[in-house]
Amino acid sequence: MISSPVRVEHINPFLRATTETFRSMVKTEAIPGKIALMRRDEERFDVSGIIGLSGGARGTVSLCFQRIPALKILTAFAGIRILALDEDAIDAVGELANIVAGAAKRELSQYNIQISLPSVVLGEKHELTGPKDIIPISVPFATPHGPFKLIVRFKSEDKT
Amino acid sequence: MKILLVDDSNTMRRIERNALERLGMTDIQEAQDGADALLKLAAGEFDLVLMDWNMPNMTGIEALKVMKADPKVKTPPVIMVTSEAEKSRIVEAIQAGAADYVVKPFEPDTLQKKISGVVAKAGMKA
Repeated sequence: MISSPVRVEHINPFLRATTETFRSMVKTEAIPGKIALMRRDEERFDVSGIIGLSGGARGTVSLCFQRIPALKILTAFAGIRILALDEDAIDAVGELANIVAGAAKRELSQYNIQISLPSVVLGEKHELTGPKDIIPISVPFATPHGPFKLIVRFKSEDKT
Repeated sequence: MKILLVDDSNTMRRIERNALERLGMTDIQEAQDGADALLKLAAGEFDLVLMDWNMPNMTGIEALKVMKADPKVKTPPVIMVTSEAEKSRIVEAIQAGAADYVVKPFEPDTLQKKISGVVAKAGMKA
């Protein structure tokens, strides 16, 4: 199975969406670090919000957190103190991923993408996997509350 | 003034509630999806609805179209609050009868200004 090359014009909308979402709704600066191919052996998280992409492109966009930064970031987003990865945290992670995916989708309108309702994976040190034909891109973000990662799988269905 | 917040995310309903309370609007009910919204609208009179688009069970646009189906029936103004921001979606919502549209992510001030604008246009008091 041949994996598709990654194109920067596919990833940049997700970077911008993430920084804008954090700026406006989490009231926090989120600074992207070096973009890299995701390495399974290095990527473990405690809570992840995942949005599926379909239509003219397919894949997923995920916001992935370790526990402590998640609690701080989600508290800032939700407007209540989130002290555990509970129902409020799960809802907040899912909604944050939903907003980022929706904002990125606007810049990728030529692909006529549909986004799924959010899913949330909760489990200490879990890893995310996906279709082997889509190379996942991992982008670390730094915030005053701690780091998180944006993981994007994106494959255009354009056969030309 | 009585407000109905419609979003499948508890977090978003809380964010919107906070914005409304800062405007002095405290008579607020919540619905989890379009179908829940229609039930609550049938059961009580509301002055304003904030409606998400993508929700399970029934989407916000489906609920909006049901609300506005009979032009003889008076319904409250609806502000769509959603991550759907393509021009075609905005046009679809306005044509379906939405009073205004707020795109996520948004600054709290933006939501408050949209709410104030719709309220003023409808001649309502908070």
